[in-house]
Amino acid sequence: MTATTSTAPPRTPRRPHRSDRARQEARLGLWLCAPAILVLVAVVGYPILQAVWDSLFSYKLTNPDARHFVGLGNFLLVLSDPIWWQALGVTVLITVVTVAVELVLGFALALVMNNALGTLRPALRTAILIPYAIITVVSAFAFRFMFDLTSGFINVWLPFVPDDVDWFASFGTAMTVVALSEIWKTTPFISLLLLSGLAQVPGELQEAAKVDGATWWQRMRRVTIPNMKAAIMVALLFRTLDAFRIFDNIFIMTNGAAGTESVAFLAYRQTIQRLEIGIGSAVSVLLTIAVALIALMFVKGFKVNLAASTRAGR
Amino acid sequence: MNARTKVGWWVGGLLVVVYCMFPVAWILSLSLKAPSDLDNGSFLPSAVTWQNYELILTGSASELFLPALRNSVGICLIATAVAVVLAALCAYAVARLDFPGKAFVLGLSLAVSMFPVISIVTPLFNIWRAIGLFDTWAGLVIPYLSITLPLSIWTLTAFFREIPWEMEQAAQVDGATTAQAFRKVIVPLAGPGVATTAIIAFFLAWNDFVYGISLTSTEAARPVPAALAFFTGASQFEEPTGAISAAAVIVTIPVVVLVLLFQRQIVAGLTQGAVKG
Repeated sequence: MTATTSTAPPRTPRRPHRSDRARQEARLGLWLCAPAILVLVAVVGYPILQAVWDSLFSYKLTNPDARHFVGLGNFLLVLSDPIWWQALGVTVLITVVTVAVELVLGFALALVMNNALGTLRPALRTAILIPYAIITVVSAFAFRFMFDLTSGFINVWLPFVPDDVDWFASFGTAMTVVALSEIWKTTPFISLLLLSGLAQVPGELQEAAKVDGATWWQRMRRVTIPNMKAAIMVALLFRTLDAFRIFDNIFIMTNGAAGTESVAFLAYRQTIQRLEIGIGSAVSVLLTIAVALIALMFVKGFKVNLAASTRAGR
Repeated sequence: MNARTKVGWWVGGLLVVVYCMFPVAWILSLSLKAPSDLDNGSFLPSAVTWQNYELILTGSASELFLPALRNSVGICLIATAVAVVLAALCAYAVARLDFPGKAFVLGLSLAVSMFPVISIVTPLFNIWRAIGLFDTWAGLVIPYLSITLPLSIWTLTAFFREIPWEMEQAAQVDGATTAQAFRKVIVPLAGPGVATTAIIAFFLAWNDFVYGISLTSTEAARPVPAALAFFTGASQFEEPTGAISAAAVIVTIPVVVLVLLFQRQIVAGLTQGAVKG
């Protein structure tokens, strides 16, 4: 818009003319965005309203004629059931554990990539994209077969594990394998975000700290990490919300057995397998609320300013 | 940097490569094992065999795998193409024009991309059965847009903000027509961003499991990830491990090829879309 700046200073009689053009530009902008926004609203907004509506009814597909209004009855039913709290506990546990491990591991990967030299650098960038791009279901199968009693080799490799240990038979071990698969698949994403954060740390600051005699650890804690706080928080936000809807790994590895059912899996089982539309919708709505609360917590509590990071990129 | 630290970073780099390739190498090795070899307790097969690939490409499992492969490719390509076209219009407006509601557009697409997919599945399952979209391509393309569209808007906006749009006017001043300026200046500048966005959107659609398993029931529309969960062994006492592994390798190949060809752009797209927005 160089034309407007080169004209006379603001508050000239020309102003209405300019706002005319601005209005035209605004209209074009809205028209260009309209199709995408309409599709998003239709594809996501409408179903979620339908889910809220369905959650207020006792409604089974096996007996559709018996559908009747129960108000918040489904929510009371779900919230008073230990199965819900078990699923929520599993989901929170897997989210906290995987995101914590991924953050540390992802940071290490980012450091290695940042310091890798010459030919290794593009090779690393290619390698790190492989887990990201692989289908979650495929990675779930790979880890399941690895730990499986018949096809696996982990029991043979690990000296302190007896050969007949069934990893998927008990809660702790099954969760460990689920978490491993989740961590393997998603750490590269975090590490790429952290790598771009590392690149934004001013080099002069590092040099200055070095000249002042700061150790590697001091530079890390006082210079590097504070300067990439924004990247860390964005990575945390993305991954936390992603981990909270974990489904694929659990479906493939345990199918919810050994108490490993997550909230998303519970919603799936109620709706698709048991055809309990009312209860399934209630679980879905509760999951949505939980995700919204987590996002709110990050944005308000930890002051992750996504709009600011948007503007930082111009 | 002294020699010892140099060696240290090299070792670290090699460890990263091993970390990334380990499960992939394992599933590849598994796909080359004969059924009798599956329980050998070793990482590598004692003898390489192609029989798992024969099973899924021409044998008894091919009725399950080949339609699923066709569905996955078709549905994901359509969902990607539609998303990229809609997102390109939208991202152009957000990146270049001044209008109220820009923040809303970006905020909405961010909110949708963080949305738990399973929450949309519950109502869609019911609606799709009522209006006949259950177990059809369209019945998957539409919900896939909820995955591919927000990401495309977000990533393309980041790419379009980096484009020096003044070059379009410059070309026109130099005598190019509007069409020429678009074709010779804007397309080469915007092309890589659009291609990268399409690849990332395709990865996301290709990865979907929740919609695939919930909104299909036959090979009419069931995509590969969902089909893998339905593989059965030759007899009910036999695990379909080999067939699943071979199918997993086949659906991983296109992903690896895309990554090898476009790694630099994909990294830029992923991090711009997320960090810079």
